[in-house]
Amino acid sequence: MPTDVENWKSEVYGSEIRDHLFEFAERGFDSIPDDERDAWFERFKWWGLYHQRNGQEGYFMMRIGTPNGVLEPGQLRVVGEIADEYARGPGTNPIFGDAYADFTTRQSIQLHWIELSDVPAIFEKLEANGLSTQQACGDSWRNIVGNPVAGKDAQEVIDAWPVIRDLNETFKGNDDHSNLPRKWKVSVTGSADGSGQGDINDLAFEPAYKEVDGEDVVGFNVRVGGGLSRNEPRLARDIDVWVSPERVSDVAGGLSALFRDNGDREDRYNARIKFLVDEWGAERVRETLQEEYVDFDLHTAGRDVREEYTYNTGAGERNDLIGIHDQKDGTNFVGLNVLVGRMGAEDVLELADVAEEYGSGEVRLSQRQNVIVTDVPDDAIDDLLDEPILEHYSPSPSPFMRGSVACTGTEYCSLSIVETKNRQVRYARWLKENVELPDDVDQFHIHLSGCTASCAQPQIADVSLRGMKTRKDGEPVEALDVGLGGGLGAEPQFARWVTQRVPADEVPGAIANLIDTFAAEREEGESFRAFVARHDDDELDAFVDPEETDYDDPMMHNTKRTWYPYAEDDSLDSAPPAPADD
Amino acid sequence: MTTRLRVLDDGAWISVDDHREVRVSELWRLDTDEFCGCDLADLVVENFQTVGVDGSTVEVRVYGQCIACGASGTTGWIPVGRIRDGSFAAIDRSAIRRPRPETNQ
Repeated sequence: MPTDVENWKSEVYGSEIRDHLFEFAERGFDSIPDDERDAWFERFKWWGLYHQRNGQEGYFMMRIGTPNGVLEPGQLRVVGEIADEYARGPGTNPIFGDAYADFTTRQSIQLHWIELSDVPAIFEKLEANGLSTQQACGDSWRNIVGNPVAGKDAQEVIDAWPVIRDLNETFKGNDDHSNLPRKWKVSVTGSADGSGQGDINDLAFEPAYKEVDGEDVVGFNVRVGGGLSRNEPRLARDIDVWVSPERVSDVAGGLSALFRDNGDREDRYNARIKFLVDEWGAERVRETLQEEYVDFDLHTAGRDVREEYTYNTGAGERNDLIGIHDQKDGTNFVGLNVLVGRMGAEDVLELADVAEEYGSGEVRLSQRQNVIVTDVPDDAIDDLLDEPILEHYSPSPSPFMRGSVACTGTEYCSLSIVETKNRQVRYARWLKENVELPDDVDQFHIHLSGCTASCAQPQIADVSLRGMKTRKDGEPVEALDVGLGGGLGAEPQFARWVTQRVPADEVPGAIANLIDTFAAEREEGESFRAFVARHDDDELDAFVDPEETDYDDPMMHNTKRTWYPYAEDDSLDSAPPAPADD
Repeated sequence: MTTRLRVLDDGAWISVDDHREVRVSELWRLDTDEFCGCDLADLVVENFQTVGVDGSTVEVRVYGQCIACGASGTTGWIPVGRIRDGSFAAIDRSAIRRPRPETNQ
């Protein structure tokens, strides 16, 4: 039997939701009929609006999908202006203030406290500047990810940006692909660094060479069925297909249609294509694609460059895109660390100024929640580095700052079990002050996810932290499970969950003890990931060794029982009413 | 009069008549020997799997973990509240809950 969500989608879904959304915005939040709220909130996701958690009724998270993380000149300023004007609510974050933008692990942007009545004005401003929230959430093609510096990167094998643009234009607002069984996450990468993180996407195009008519041609190998959520992480499976850039849209559309027609619409927990690939196997996916969804002969897989991958691998160069890097046109891109991906609206506007002054005005977002200023000439680099804003958003940050990734957490998210972003900021600051990594280790990735949805991609970090609970002195407190040794690359590996339910205030001490042991017992030049790989779970559990330190955690209570964890009177009974329609 | 019961947002909460009534991240005490070996399981509610009714009692199956012993998995039907005169009344979060014995599955 189809789920309620499927029934709602069969009634109204896709582009047509917009007219209803605007009508509700015009008539006010209360005009949504009481018995239709679940249905409309589910549908609004397709237009990038996600109702915030209980206690924050009537406020929405708005996600802006920026394909491949590309913000063309002027667009970052628009984001900053919208954040400044509209992303202000009744709660003030003690670290980030009143208005901010979140850069996500899928190269999108999230704003909070958005009121329904402001949506038409925001959409108008976004769309006038080439930006959109369309399909940023919901059951369809999500924001397409990849190497954010596609087209500019001196190291790339093939420029994936035209391919991504074409896919975005073809499959956004496309009625044949607007109602899928579940979300559909696509990665297209043209660089040899692996920064598109294709392995953890539903559909991945990765650079590969193929001999076609006697010539070595650059195109993409295809993998299907990756993803991290729900305690069921999967690496995308190789379906033995190589495709030329010109045919990517045909193959992507074929696989999207295959998913549309064969995905499970009766059980949303079983709906992602990773489960269909589990059931069918890669060979049947390929056969079905060939027989039913494309009208040309598929090539077998080409020669990939996975051996060269470095991004998020835990060793070698370019584990991220922070710092100064060569562009193929002789200028540079400068990756700046945005701790946990959150940037105050004023800083967003200032960064837009800086990008215009020293580069082309363009800015790009990475899957490590960081920002990249592109097109900076050699002779402008020193002046750019002297800009005050780069003291905070650094191109050469502490390993603990640059390695931190965090999801939204209980501040706004219904699913999260613990506070995340502010906690990860506190962790990073404490680790920076108190823990020394070996001299030759300049990267250390710690990802904090509030639950098993894995929005912070915890399974592919050196240290993976996932929201949990425990009791301390008999009282329930926020806690984290600790996983170790995850990473991507030629041999991707999910973290092993070695220590469970560490009280959140003992996690910094646990990481400090772990790093002490790593520093003392590693082999010459050994990476942390390799160190983890040669120890069993019991040994690693002993290395973690949770301990109280002078780290103080003010959010040990059940932050979900608050209307906003940082409010002076945070009880759910004190939650503000839904915003008035002014 | 019918009552609309739904699991929404990836199992984050239970909707009763389009209102968010029961949410994840709570600790529930479970009196059952079917989930783990503890006398009283101390269950972190991580995901709601399904919601249903038994008479006037609203029940859920939950994915979670006992923080006393570490066992994790999906529970049997656990009561979360009752429908009285068309309204939902939640069970006190500190209550000891007994999953309904499986009878027809």
